[in-house]
Amino acid sequence: MHSKTIAELAEGLKIGDFSSEELTKSFLQRIKQYDAELNSFITVSEDHALAQARAADELIAKGASSVLTGIPLAQKDIFCTNGIKTTCGSKMLDNFIAPYDATVIHHFNQAGAVMLGKTNMDEFAMGSSNETSFYGSVKNPWDTTTVPGGSSGGSAAAVAARLAPAATGTDTGGSIRQPAALCGLTGLKPTYGRISRYGMIAFASSLDQAGTFTQTAEDSALMLNVMSGFDEKDSTSVDKDVPDYTANLSQPLNGLKIGLPKEYFGEGLNADVAKVVEEAVAEYKKMGAEIVDISLPNSHLSVPAYYVIAPAECSSNLSRFDGVRFGYRCEDPKDLEDMYKRSRGEGFGEEVKRRIMIGAYVLSAGYYDAYYLKAQKIRRLISDDFKAAFEKVDVIMGPTSPEVAFKAGEKSDDPVSMYLSDIYTIATNLAGLPGMSVPCGFSNKMPVGLQIIGNYFDESRLLNIAHQYQQTTGWHKQMPEGYK
Amino acid sequence: MSLDKNDVEKIAHLARLAIADEDIPGYAGSLSSILQLVEQMDAVDTKNVLPMAHPQDAHQRLREDVVTEKNQREHFQKITENVENGLYLVPKVLD
Repeated sequence: MHSKTIAELAEGLKIGDFSSEELTKSFLQRIKQYDAELNSFITVSEDHALAQARAADELIAKGASSVLTGIPLAQKDIFCTNGIKTTCGSKMLDNFIAPYDATVIHHFNQAGAVMLGKTNMDEFAMGSSNETSFYGSVKNPWDTTTVPGGSSGGSAAAVAARLAPAATGTDTGGSIRQPAALCGLTGLKPTYGRISRYGMIAFASSLDQAGTFTQTAEDSALMLNVMSGFDEKDSTSVDKDVPDYTANLSQPLNGLKIGLPKEYFGEGLNADVAKVVEEAVAEYKKMGAEIVDISLPNSHLSVPAYYVIAPAECSSNLSRFDGVRFGYRCEDPKDLEDMYKRSRGEGFGEEVKRRIMIGAYVLSAGYYDAYYLKAQKIRRLISDDFKAAFEKVDVIMGPTSPEVAFKAGEKSDDPVSMYLSDIYTIATNLAGLPGMSVPCGFSNKMPVGLQIIGNYFDESRLLNIAHQYQQTTGWHKQMPEGYK
Repeated sequence: MSLDKNDVEKIAHLARLAIADEDIPGYAGSLSSILQLVEQMDAVDTKNVLPMAHPQDAHQRLREDVVTEKNQREHFQKITENVENGLYLVPKVLD
């Protein structure tokens, strides 16, 4: 039961092969069995899950269910869940019981989905290895001496080990696509504004976007159908119709124009990863796609611009954590300033403090033009590169990550080398474009991800392209030994 | 740009972060290396480029100026102990 996709489980529930309660219990059992080692969950909401499962079984019996009714899912612990601890991977929120649901959670509840629990993550989504979590690092089920990627590392590890059939994530600079690649999953970051950010704890508001970790593109489409849509509670939510994302999955790819940016295949890319990605592109050629060489000449500036914009927005967003109304408050503050400083100094971990300080610095008097304004201009250049590329091609392909999962501890003392893990994913966030990572093979027995970047609101096409690949290849069906 | 101890102390104060003295050299080093990475931007001429604040260049949505939220003070204050008579308690600001 645990290795089935959402689509298969939905069919099983519908024809009565098993109940949602049985299904939920079997995943809760797997979490008990395997998660002491993986550490992919911060909170397992067993009672809540079983109550939701029983309610779902009633809906199914009444014939009032939809596709996700009764399907157990894992939610990244960045989404506020009413009455359930919501930590964002931080000591700052270790005592925070969210008093409301994020819009994403609300949508899943309305659909009758079951929440198994809240997944581990880099603190406030700042990291690429899931090593900055207050709740300890997460292990990659493919090799537990390596990292699962980050920041949504718990979601990725949980789905890779089939402790949940699918999970949510968020992606500010690659936090869905990179862990999906490192854990052999299908990861989707939709267009900025497609899914509501309401109740999703903010890191960098002009970049943050929620998305999915699934076994297949079809499952991703099923989740996106439920998660997407305009929300007046999110001021940057885009008011645009939500298509049925499953409708175009089966379209043939004849004549599809795929752009390969030369900057994504140059220095810094592991040769073996390059080979695996090139083989995936060759597979698309066989399926009738045309391969076009393109250039995104400002790609090398995406990491520098991101590490101004994201910290600047983070320093502003995280100023709300002041120890006054919720979250961590230090012991015996001697005055208000002492309370602010020690609550924040003790409540935030090292990487979060580092990014807050970078942000405070680049926004401080005298430096704004040299850093923040400059980065916003570079952002335009990067976005214009994509605009020009999409005049010539339908989608862009390349590696998701320059290498397979690296060893735990390998980069945790060197922030800049950690930041470069996201060298191929960050530009997509700066431009606000949708991107996916699809399993496309292995290097040294570790999964490799193919990145597919689309034009604005072209998620249907991305899912179609990924789905067609998954009809002719079996990489997405591979599971790590020891969790079968 | 290389930051020294004074710079880090100043930034930490701006960000209202208590940083232990022994941690300051480490932050000075890592913040300086991040700023070095960021300074690759300096090589690019951006004189006539418009800054981009929003991925789709969208503007902030406007709405009617009406009350849309109901008062949930008690509900929101249930998650903290530091309240009295509906007010949040903080250290004394005025003597």
